[in-house]
Amino acid sequence: MTQEELCTQLGAQFGDAVGALSETKGDRFVTVKVEKIVEVCAYLKTTVGCEFDFCRDITAVDWPARKVIEVVYHLYSVTHRHGLVLKVEANREAPAVATVEGVWKAATWLEREIYDLFGVNFTGHSDLRRILLPDDWVGYPLRKDYQEAGGYHGIGNTRPEPLVQLAKATDEVRKAIAAEAAAAAAAAAAAAPAPAVVESAPAPAAAPAAPAPAAPSTERKP
Amino acid sequence: MSTDTTPDTTIDMNLDRHILRRTDGNDEEIVVNFGPQHPSTHGVINFVTQTNGEVIRRSVPEIGYLHRGLEKIGELVAYPGYMPFTDRIDYLAAMFANEGYAVAVERLLGIEAPPRAQYIRAISCELCRIASHFISIGTMAQDIGAATPLTHALREREAINDLLEELCGARLTYNFHRIGGVAFDVPAGWTDKVLRFLDHLDSYIQEWDRLITFNKIFVKRLAGVGVISREKAIDYGLVGPNLRGSGVKFDIRRDMPYGAYSDFEFNIPVGAGKVGTVGDCWDRFFVRVQEVVESSKIIRQAIAKLPEGDIQAKVARKVKPEAGEAVGQVESARGEMLYYIVSDGSEKAYRLRVRTGSFMAMGIIEELSHGIMVADLIAIIASLDVVAPEVDR
Amino acid sequence: MSSNVFSPPEPGTGVLFTNTSVIDDAINLARKNSIHYLLFGLACCGIELMQTGGPRSDLDRFAAIFRASPRQADLMIVAGTLTYKMALRTKLLYDQMAEPKYVLSMGSCANCGGLFQASYSVCKGVDKIIPVDVYVPGCPPRPEALTEGLLRIQDIMMCERWGTKMRPGRKDPNAPMMISAADKAK
Repeated sequence: MTQEELCTQLGAQFGDAVGALSETKGDRFVTVKVEKIVEVCAYLKTTVGCEFDFCRDITAVDWPARKVIEVVYHLYSVTHRHGLVLKVEANREAPAVATVEGVWKAATWLEREIYDLFGVNFTGHSDLRRILLPDDWVGYPLRKDYQEAGGYHGIGNTRPEPLVQLAKATDEVRKAIAAEAAAAAAAAAAAAPAPAVVESAPAPAAAPAAPAPAAPSTERKP
Repeated sequence: MSTDTTPDTTIDMNLDRHILRRTDGNDEEIVVNFGPQHPSTHGVINFVTQTNGEVIRRSVPEIGYLHRGLEKIGELVAYPGYMPFTDRIDYLAAMFANEGYAVAVERLLGIEAPPRAQYIRAISCELCRIASHFISIGTMAQDIGAATPLTHALREREAINDLLEELCGARLTYNFHRIGGVAFDVPAGWTDKVLRFLDHLDSYIQEWDRLITFNKIFVKRLAGVGVISREKAIDYGLVGPNLRGSGVKFDIRRDMPYGAYSDFEFNIPVGAGKVGTVGDCWDRFFVRVQEVVESSKIIRQAIAKLPEGDIQAKVARKVKPEAGEAVGQVESARGEMLYYIVSDGSEKAYRLRVRTGSFMAMGIIEELSHGIMVADLIAIIASLDVVAPEVDR
Repeated sequence: MSSNVFSPPEPGTGVLFTNTSVIDDAINLARKNSIHYLLFGLACCGIELMQTGGPRSDLDRFAAIFRASPRQADLMIVAGTLTYKMALRTKLLYDQMAEPKYVLSMGSCANCGGLFQASYSVCKGVDKIIPVDVYVPGCPPRPEALTEGLLRIQDIMMCERWGTKMRPGRKDPNAPMMISAADKAK
């Protein structure tokens, strides 16, 4: 069945709980109301002719501008070789979606990952806990407003960069020498305007012969 | 020792404080951490195993030890710059990860790679599939207890590493495909080297079959172990050789064709229960061995029909697709690798999602672990061919 | 390889003689030619570690064999990205190794966080939690590079004096090598 036919059949069954096929650029999807998602999924799996037995992916997208977290279901049917994309919009303040674990077992771990990274609460899930991050992690990293906590259990998340500091310090010393040379040249020019052209030439040449700049201290420990 | 296999009600998951703990009452039952540092777990994965002597009551995988936030990095890095990160999603089959990402972005942009690039992609990907399968079947043999087949497999893989190094400069993390094509053209004389390697490979696979595939001990260890039925495999979302080992003939190269695969003739090996039950560990192993042979066929056809032309389509320096979303999928060595990219019109992705085959395979291990022996658990994990970076990303 | 790559030993610290010690050299020769390294392959570098131990560039020709248990290992090759979740276990494994123990940080991720420095869950270098002796750069380092790293570990071993049981240049063997100002404040 094509995507249009599937969408029509869903519309006939569920009325306005199921939106129309999207017209955006790229792949097309169907938006479903949050309350009806389990029924729609169960219908798609069991109805002869649809038989969406394969849950390819469940993922989420955070839209702070629209104040929703979209949960996206990529469904496929191995028997009929057709696919469909469903989208559900969960309120961003307290995102909660019913679990489709009863329809496809693949959803168990996929929903756990969305809970871990986005904070979406899947009501009815058998084992909703963090899966990728440590159990005592604070925050939901894939949200757009996530701020890092500055480390974990005392391990910092910055790193000293001695080469960058060395380069900066060397630049400063070089600038200081150039400034001295320019000041000396200006003084010589003020004293004797005519031979200034000759005298100022060796001055910059003598400056780099000055004792090499002391090695600046870095944060590197021996 | 009782053979009661009903799982216990709860397992204490506060592992930072427990390494080993005894459950109340029954002296023989212990909860042991099988991992994360373990030679047989194919990466840093922990299996919290509740065992009654040698028989497992329940084994719960605990993942996330290699979670590097690759999906978040996709939102921080521009589209062309994300290619090296895809290598690290599955470093054993890095070409597929590259190609999947390139296909997804190309779908967003509405372009297609030129034919020569598609053929070069197919050749590099199939070589990578052979390399990945060699590691898989070699480490599986090692987990069963045979140490030598791994050295054989690594030796063959070194030959492929040399070929791919000549092609793109790297042995493991290739960064070879680009949005719109491939980075470098095939060097002079390279295709002859590949054909010589394939001649050697075709005769070597027969040696491999004699050495390990039909080895009596190997067959006895794996036949009938970890049987996954067809319905269960589809319900748990398994893909790739795991799904095909259970008898489901589903391959992205055939069913959602991409690239140049419609020009090639090859079989899709499917598990048939040759030495045990359909969907046991040996079936999944044998599917991989047969896929090596099929990949060899594909490479030969691709080299014979390699067309002339550009290796990269015209793509702007700053890749800025229109707002929208696209899905790109490839048949990786570990199954379908699905890239779902949402674009908001800027030069960085708004959301980049990677769904890998190993993540789905981990979900079924707890289900299979009731009442099996510890050695069988190792065989099951090896036969599902999980790699930690695909699981954790 | 000369054993004076680092500063020469202080007088009075050799086992029997004051400046050079043939006994020290003999002990170190035996130690460096029987390194047992812990199989600690975390990510892509772990595959290159496997291939370095494989048939072509064979670590076994230096008599360096892999051990799975930290109790039987004296070299920990941290090969791959260290995440915060794994960092706690890494420290545990390091503590379980017996002295004298060495750490080789293999690859960019173990050296400094590597490619994943922008990530929220990656520890920016293994030397934030354990002291490292040799850093091998690369992403992943070629087997030849890792072999060179192993040879440098062997050089370090040759410079040790049994009397002091101390590595050259290391004051406190348990101090991490690099501490940023932010970490010091913690």
